[in-house]
Amino acid sequence: MSPEIVQIWVYLSASPLTWLTATLGAYWIGDAVSARFARHALANPVVIAAALLAGLLIATGTDYRAFFDGAQFVHFLLGPATVALAIPLYRNLATVRRALLPMAAALVAGSVTAAVSAVGIAFLFGAPREVLASLAPKSVTAPIAMDLAKSLGGVPSLTAVLVIATGIAGAIVVTPLMNTLKISDYAARGFAAGVASHGIGTARAFQVSELAGTFAGIAMGLNGALTSLLVLLWLALAG
Amino acid sequence: MTSDAEQRPIGIVRALTLLLACQLAGEVLVAAARQVVPGVAFPGPVVGMGLLFAVLVLRRGAGRSLEATGGALLRNLSLLFVPAAVGIVQQGDVLAAFGLPLIVALLASTVLTLVVTVYAFLAVARWTERRRAK
Repeated sequence: MSPEIVQIWVYLSASPLTWLTATLGAYWIGDAVSARFARHALANPVVIAAALLAGLLIATGTDYRAFFDGAQFVHFLLGPATVALAIPLYRNLATVRRALLPMAAALVAGSVTAAVSAVGIAFLFGAPREVLASLAPKSVTAPIAMDLAKSLGGVPSLTAVLVIATGIAGAIVVTPLMNTLKISDYAARGFAAGVASHGIGTARAFQVSELAGTFAGIAMGLNGALTSLLVLLWLALAG
Repeated sequence: MTSDAEQRPIGIVRALTLLLACQLAGEVLVAAARQVVPGVAFPGPVVGMGLLFAVLVLRRGAGRSLEATGGALLRNLSLLFVPAAVGIVQQGDVLAAFGLPLIVALLASTVLTLVVTVYAFLAVARWTERRRAK
């Protein structure tokens, strides 16, 4: 490369504009691929975009912090988007009201299963204590999960990785799994996606149907609340 | 809420202001709750969702500009997780360091949670339907 181009690159690679543009562009590609495969679960736009961007970061020797300087503007919108979940909730209020009891039962069953099964399996494999504590809140939305991991004696940064990985795993697996089980109730399917894999599961549910997305959003919020309560209870009993 | 007021370009500004104000109020409430009970873990945006829901109940609906702005955010919800997902690809060595047990636990638990949750939902839904039918 000529020195001029190198200089331009040195300037651009440090600019938030570059990585914000790259984030949107990568998602554009991811979404186009996902649409091309008729929104098939395996063609997950988040995974495709993240893989493209991670490859780009490695190829250009850019560290995550420089990338996040630009990508943070997209990341920031998670807050208002979470607030906006109230809109489909209000629109589908009649359906939600009818499902209050099923939601309560599914929430308790799912929340306990998520924590106990993950910790149980990792325990059988001989995982150390702080890994178990980091794993317990893996189905809860990231900010709550990291707080809970800290109070359980886990490592919040490990929890962040586990939470995102759980979200992606759930988003990929939920549609084929529910189809195999021949479950056609999209409220139930969405609720399960929200309990098991929080926001990323909710994003997937919105790809499938608004009703599924609405129930996933409710489930995500409720599971955060219930898991926090269960952890407080556990700490009170164990401590 | 007249319809031509909704059509003015200011609509998106009002909608974003309302969304951010609900989030901000949610963050303030969580921070205040932490002063009282130090262990409380809850994200401000989820509280903000509850606040916006209360606003919608009072206003009897979202109105066109809030529908449009909120809808645009939710239709592209997947995009908003991309920055965090790039972070995990970068930290793949963390997952690899703890090895297979962690990945197996994570995958098996996710599938199990989905199955248990969906069947619990359906079982109780059928039970309430039958009671209502009686």
